[in-house]
Amino acid sequence: MEHISKRFPGVLASDDISLSVGEGQILALVGENGAGKTTLMNILMGIYQQDEGKIFINDKEVHFRGPEDAFNAGLGMVHQQYMLVPNMTVTENVALGYKQAWKPLKLDLDMVRSRVVEISSYYGLAVNPDAYIWQLSVGEQQRVELVKTLCLGAKFLILDEPTSALTPQETDELIALLKKMKNELSVIFISHKLNEVKALSDTVVILRHGAVVFSGNTDDYSPSQIAAMMTGHEIVLPENREEAVRGELALSIKDISVRSDRGFLALDHLSLDVYQGEIVGLAGVSGNGQRELAEAINGLRSIESGSIEFFGTDIANKSPYYVIDHGMGYIPEERNIEGIVPSFAIRENFILKDSDKKSFSRYRFLKNKAISRNAEVLRENFDIRCPDTATAAGSLSGGNIQKVILAREITRAPRFLIAVYPTRGLDMGAIEFIHQELLKKRKEGIGILLISEELDEIMNLSDRIAVIYKGSIQKVLKHGEANRKNLGILMAGVGREEEE
Amino acid sequence: MTKNFTVLYKTVIILLAILATLLLSSVILLILGADVFRTFYTIVITPLTRVGHITEVFVRAVPLCITALGVAVAYRSGIVNIGAEGQMAMGILGFTTVALALPDLPKPLLLPMALLASVLAGGLWGFIPGILKARLQVSELLSTVMLNYIAAQFYSFCLRVPLLDPAEALSGAGTPQSARLTANIEIGRITGRLHYGVFVALALALIVYLFLWKTSFGYKMRASGAERRAARYGGINVPAWVTLAMVVSGAFAGLAGGIEIAAVHRRAIEGVTNNYGFSAVVVALFGMLHPFGIIPASFFFALLIYGSTLTPRAVGVPANIVDVMQGLIIIVIVTTQMILQNTYLEDRVWHWYSAKRKLKQEV
Repeated sequence: MEHISKRFPGVLASDDISLSVGEGQILALVGENGAGKTTLMNILMGIYQQDEGKIFINDKEVHFRGPEDAFNAGLGMVHQQYMLVPNMTVTENVALGYKQAWKPLKLDLDMVRSRVVEISSYYGLAVNPDAYIWQLSVGEQQRVELVKTLCLGAKFLILDEPTSALTPQETDELIALLKKMKNELSVIFISHKLNEVKALSDTVVILRHGAVVFSGNTDDYSPSQIAAMMTGHEIVLPENREEAVRGELALSIKDISVRSDRGFLALDHLSLDVYQGEIVGLAGVSGNGQRELAEAINGLRSIESGSIEFFGTDIANKSPYYVIDHGMGYIPEERNIEGIVPSFAIRENFILKDSDKKSFSRYRFLKNKAISRNAEVLRENFDIRCPDTATAAGSLSGGNIQKVILAREITRAPRFLIAVYPTRGLDMGAIEFIHQELLKKRKEGIGILLISEELDEIMNLSDRIAVIYKGSIQKVLKHGEANRKNLGILMAGVGREEEE
Repeated sequence: MTKNFTVLYKTVIILLAILATLLLSSVILLILGADVFRTFYTIVITPLTRVGHITEVFVRAVPLCITALGVAVAYRSGIVNIGAEGQMAMGILGFTTVALALPDLPKPLLLPMALLASVLAGGLWGFIPGILKARLQVSELLSTVMLNYIAAQFYSFCLRVPLLDPAEALSGAGTPQSARLTANIEIGRITGRLHYGVFVALALALIVYLFLWKTSFGYKMRASGAERRAARYGGINVPAWVTLAMVVSGAFAGLAGGIEIAAVHRRAIEGVTNNYGFSAVVVALFGMLHPFGIIPASFFFALLIYGSTLTPRAVGVPANIVDVMQGLIIIVIVTTQMILQNTYLEDRVWHWYSAKRKLKQEV
C-alpha cells in the first residue's frame, strides 16, 4: 500500500500511509484504539475506497470495488467479531462463501466438507467439520474463521485483534499455529498486545492518529520501546507496591450458588471476603463463573443459596437499585450495551445511576446545566476523547467508552468497586490510566474486587489473588506468593487435588 | 468526505424516498385505471382549498395526534403498541358508560369524570400487554393485536346489548349505537366540526416532550427502551417503566376516543375508531417519534385520510387507497432509515461523486 489517505467528516482517518508485506512474512500493525488500524484494513479489503494512494499486489496495481475483488486477489480477513452462523455446522458456514460449491439448485456440501478437512489437516487447524458453531469455544470458532478464509483461497491473511477474546492458552496455541503457517502465507496481524507482537511478527508498523509513526524489524526493539512509540510517551504500568491498610470487612460472600443462563450451576458454594483498602484480584479463565459472580453481587442475577453481606447488610437477591444505593460501584463486562446506553449522549450516560439525585434533578425535572457541567468536568479529568459531550456514547472507541464508565463509577464516590475485565481489548495508554485510577481508589481506602484474565494485571494490582475454577474459589494467594506458573496451574483446576 | 456532501446526500435520499412513494402509489393507481394526477390532487390539494375541508382535516388530525403521542411514548420505552385501536375503543366505552350512568351531573364534573373513565379504560387495555411483556416477555406485537380483536368484539357487543339506545330497541331498527349523550359531556366546537380538542392535542404534545426529555421519569423510560440491559444495570426498574409506558400509551388512545365522542359524535357508534389506532403508528414513525414531528405528521395523514373520502366521487378511486399508501410509506420509511445508516454506501457514492466532479473540472 502506498500513500493511502482517507478522510471522514472532521477526521483524517488515514494520513499518507505506506506499508508492505513480503511473502512468508508477518507484519504487526499496532496502535492505540482509534489510531486507524481497522480503517486501513477496510480499505485494503475493498470495503472502503481510499481518497488517495494505490494498492499493489505482486507489483501490480489493483482496484478493489468491493470485498469480492479482494477475495479473488487472495486476500482474506478474520474480523474481531466472528462472522459465523451459530446454528449451522462448520461445513455449512464455509459453504456460505464458497462459490464453487453453489451448483444450480444444489449446494455441494460433500465437496465443501472435503475441502474443510483438506485445509484443516494441511495447516494443522483442528476443527470438526460437522460440529455446530454454538457448540464450539471461542478459540475453536476462531479456527473455523481461519479455515473458512483459507478455504476461499486466501494467500494473504489479515487478522484483526485475533487474541482479544482468547484465553492465554488459546493465545499461545494461535501464535504457534501462525508461526507454522507463515511459510505459506503473508499475514497482517493487528494487535495492541505487545508481547504477542514480539513473539510473532517479523516487522512492525505503528500507527498513531492515522499516520505511520514507525516501522522496522520487530527484533530490534523491546516491547516497552514499541509501547512508547505507540502512545507517544513512555509507558510504565503502575504496580501495587504499598502495604495494604486493611479496613473493615466490606464484602462477604458465603457459600453462594448461582445458575447461569443455560441453567447449569455457574457458582458452586463460592465464598470470598474483601476488605476495605485492598484489591482482591479474581483470576481465572473466563467462563468459570466470573460473570455470574459479578451479576449476583449487583442484584442482576438471583442466587439459589448462600448469603452476600455488604458492610453488614444482606444484599442477596435485592434489586440492582438497592445494591447501588448501598454504595456499590460496578464496571461491567459488557461495556458497550450494559455499561452505557449506546444511543444516549455521553452526558446522559454519566447520570445513568443518578437521574433522581438532587445534584441532577429537582422535582424530577432534570437540571440540564448541572448535567452538562458535570460532563465537561469528567471529560476533562478522565481525558475522554470525543467531539463534545452530546455525542452518542456508543460511537466512541472501546477505550473511551471504558473511561466514560470508569468516570461515572468512580466519581459517584462508591464505598466499594467491582471491575470486570476493565482493560479487555484496550490499548496500553488506556490500561495505564485505568490501573492508576484503580490504585488511587485503593489508596483512598476503598475495597476493589478486580475480575480479570490478564495475569499481569492481576499480579500488578492485587493485594490478594483468588483463583476461580468451575464456580468456586480454588485458593487465595498473597501478593508475593503468586507467579505466572502457580496461577496458571490453579486456573487449570489442578491445584486443589494436589494439596489434599 | 465533506460536510456539504453529507447534507446533500441525506437530502437526496429523502427526496428519492418521497419520489419512490409517489411512483409506487402511481403504479397502483394506474393498475386501478385511475387518473393519477387527479387522484393525487383530490387527496392532497382539494382538502386545503376550502375552510370546510380544512376543519374536517383537523377533526381527523386530533385523535391521530393524541394516539400517536402515546404510541411514541411506548416506542421510546422499547415497546411497540399496535393495540391503540383497541385501547381507543375501550376508552369510548368508558366515556359512554359514565356519561349514560350519570346524565344529571353538572358539566364541570361530568365531562372530566367521563374523560377520566376513557383514560382509565384505555390505560387498562394498555396495562395488560405491558405487564405481560415486562414480567413474562410476551411479545407485545401478538398481545396487542389479539387485544384489539377482543376490544372490537366487546365494543360491538356493548353497542348491541348493554349500551343499546332504548329508542332503537323500541322501534326495532336495532342500529348498534348508544343513546345520544347528555349535552353536559360535549366539548365545544370552534367552526364546523372543528372542536377545542385541537388544543388538548397540542398541549399533550408539549407535555409529552417535557416528560420524555426534561424529567428523570422520561429519562428512565427512554433508557429502558434504548438499552434495557444498561438500564437494569443502572438500577432502573425496567419492567415497571415499560409497563407504565404502555399504560400511558393506552391512556392516550383511550382519551383520543373519549374526545372523539365528546366533540364529534356525541354518542358511541360503530366505526368511531376509524383505524386511527393503526394510522397512529405510522404517524408516530413518520413524526420520528418526537412530539414536534408528530404534530405535522398527524396533520399530513389526516389530510390523506380525509382526501381519500373524496376520491370515490371525484375520481372513482376507492377510499382504501389511503391504507395502501400508508403501507407504502411504512416500507419506504424503514428502507430509508436502513439506507441512511449504511456508511459504506455513503462512502461509495462519495467516490462516484468526487470522480464525476474531477472529470468535469478536467473538461
